[in-house]
Amino acid sequence: MIKKKLKNSGFKGWLYLLPAILFLGGFMVYPLIDVFIYSFEEGYNSASQVYFGVGFYNYSYVLHDPYFLQAVKNTFILVIITVPLSTGIALLISLGLSMIRPLRNLFQTIYFLPYVTNTLAVGLVFMILFKKTAYSDGLVNLLINWFGGRSVDFIDGPYWAKMFVLCFYTIWIVLPFKILILTSALSSVDQIYYNAAKVDGTSRFRTFMRITLPMISPMIFYLIITGFIGAFKAYSDAVALFGTNLNAAEMNTIVGYVYDMLYGDSGGYPSYASAAAIILFAIVLTITCINLLISKKNVHY
Amino acid sequence: MHIFTLFLHGNDVREGLGIEMEVTLQNLTKKFPGRDRKKQEDVIAVNDFTFQIPDGKLIGLLGPSGCGKSTTLNLISGLLKPTDGKIFFGKDDVTDLPPENRGIGLVFQNYALYPHLTVKQNILFPLENLKGKDKLSKEQMLEKAYEAARLVQIDELMDRKPGELSGGQQQRVAIARALVKRPKVLLLDEPLSNLDARLRLQTREEIRRIQRETKITTIFVTHDQEEAMSISDMIVVMKEGMVQQIDKPQKVYDDPENLFVAKFLGTPPVNVFTGQIKNHKLYIGNDCIMEAGEEADREVYVGIRPEGFFPKADGALCCRLCGVEVMGRDISVISSNPSSLNAVVRSIIGTENKADMEEILSMGEGNISTDAVVRFSLAPHKVFLFDKETEDRIYL
Repeated sequence: MIKKKLKNSGFKGWLYLLPAILFLGGFMVYPLIDVFIYSFEEGYNSASQVYFGVGFYNYSYVLHDPYFLQAVKNTFILVIITVPLSTGIALLISLGLSMIRPLRNLFQTIYFLPYVTNTLAVGLVFMILFKKTAYSDGLVNLLINWFGGRSVDFIDGPYWAKMFVLCFYTIWIVLPFKILILTSALSSVDQIYYNAAKVDGTSRFRTFMRITLPMISPMIFYLIITGFIGAFKAYSDAVALFGTNLNAAEMNTIVGYVYDMLYGDSGGYPSYASAAAIILFAIVLTITCINLLISKKNVHY
Repeated sequence: MHIFTLFLHGNDVREGLGIEMEVTLQNLTKKFPGRDRKKQEDVIAVNDFTFQIPDGKLIGLLGPSGCGKSTTLNLISGLLKPTDGKIFFGKDDVTDLPPENRGIGLVFQNYALYPHLTVKQNILFPLENLKGKDKLSKEQMLEKAYEAARLVQIDELMDRKPGELSGGQQQRVAIARALVKRPKVLLLDEPLSNLDARLRLQTREEIRRIQRETKITTIFVTHDQEEAMSISDMIVVMKEGMVQQIDKPQKVYDDPENLFVAKFLGTPPVNVFTGQIKNHKLYIGNDCIMEAGEEADREVYVGIRPEGFFPKADGALCCRLCGVEVMGRDISVISSNPSSLNAVVRSIIGTENKADMEEILSMGEGNISTDAVVRFSLAPHKVFLFDKETEDRIYL
């Protein structure tokens, strides 16, 4: 009797799960497996569904493609610069926000604005800031000129200038979310710990390092993990700034490379795209594992 | 204006914890700005009061919630700044000193142990903050930490995290952390409120022992009168920011200075009646219960401790019998009286005499008829008179 009941409830459980399983299986798991298979099929053609052979040729091609190597380099620079910087700046701003009383709501709103602003509007703002036009060199160049520097072409100019704009944009666009998370994390630290620290004569810096930071470490860790993943997946930001021909602009990212291989001007190579996607997956997986290992020591739940 | 003075001394101590210390609070007042901005009325959390305490003792600040006892503690600790008045530690004015320079140890109500640090790191934390000439070597710090841990008997748990400890153990860690810097005054905010009943009994003995061993002047806050009575050398009863009475626990119980103190101390609580003094005699209803000395005729409140009732056939006070409750050690007789301010009059009858006991028990058996009556004679020292207007004690 009981056994029958248990069996029944198990069946029921699966029934409840069925819609989600079908959906996720059809649109997530199956494509993932498919991509993995494509990446080993040489010269796969999605129209005729034929391929020449099976092996590591796709990986070898992708890894020797200068465009891919450029994309990997760009992505890594972007990740290494923007993730720590954006998290650090967000932490500083959140600390500032949690310390002030008057006008706090106003500042919180201001810092949150980029999150709710339309992407096109943001693009326009960045154009005004950085783009060289027939009429002006952009606001930033105006500032540089003001201090006696020479104009830099941020959009079509040297590599470092373009990378600077891309990093600046990325940091600016992810800040609001991080500030939001960190201000709420900071305000969730019980005042009693600060009182205890005060009675013990703890300096402000030490209070921050030994109490505040460990207590909000789960949130910081969450932001770093999602920050890494988000930055590795960067693509649309680069397109918004430099247009669709990213390879020409030397500003392509790994996801951009995958997209180009599928649909771009040089597109129509699902095998190469799959191989690149799998490589990206391997990179993100490795980095996340490293993050998790480091977090075991430094994150206090 | 009253001068509010609190002398706290700590003797030189066997274990070297604590220094001779005298704490004086003068006219100490704390006002908080009112929530209602339109009214602009301040909330007075602490109003000046007077109390003196012999050195190295355990003092209980007792009162209902919101009476300002925690505020007083926070003022002494320095976490709050007084609106008015001064605080002296010894001869030094510490009113404007930040908490860390006052040499106090504070145990918070929920302990405030840093959850991400081990017990050892928690106890070491205050020591690691020491700077300049007070700076200790790693070995000295560890030695002191273990010394404090041994005192509260948690030296076995040093490598655990607070989350892995029971409430009582966390409490001990918090006390060790407060003691490790050898404070002049130890402050405990509701030290037992987060513990279950059994642990509470054990821990209050523990606090008593630690205080006796260290001889550090200790002030603790509680709303539990039993807790305060059982371990304090001296209790301070507070109500709405004002001190009501300061004395030894038993004295406060036996000799309350006003109706509030009488009602606040004791379980079951004191029975309060309205009464009159007529022709130098005290009446409750129509029953003349005792002589009233030279007092003029007037209306009074009469408080009678539950243990002050003795059932006697010719007793002075006549009540309607409602029931008899047996609680093992003693019996309580529940009755009612039209003059009583409480819903029922609860009296506790000792069970020393077997015959008396059985007689009382037989009264409560079966259905008690609505006109059943019990008469009590009263122990005069358990009967307190209070002025009806001021609620202050009338001493006969």
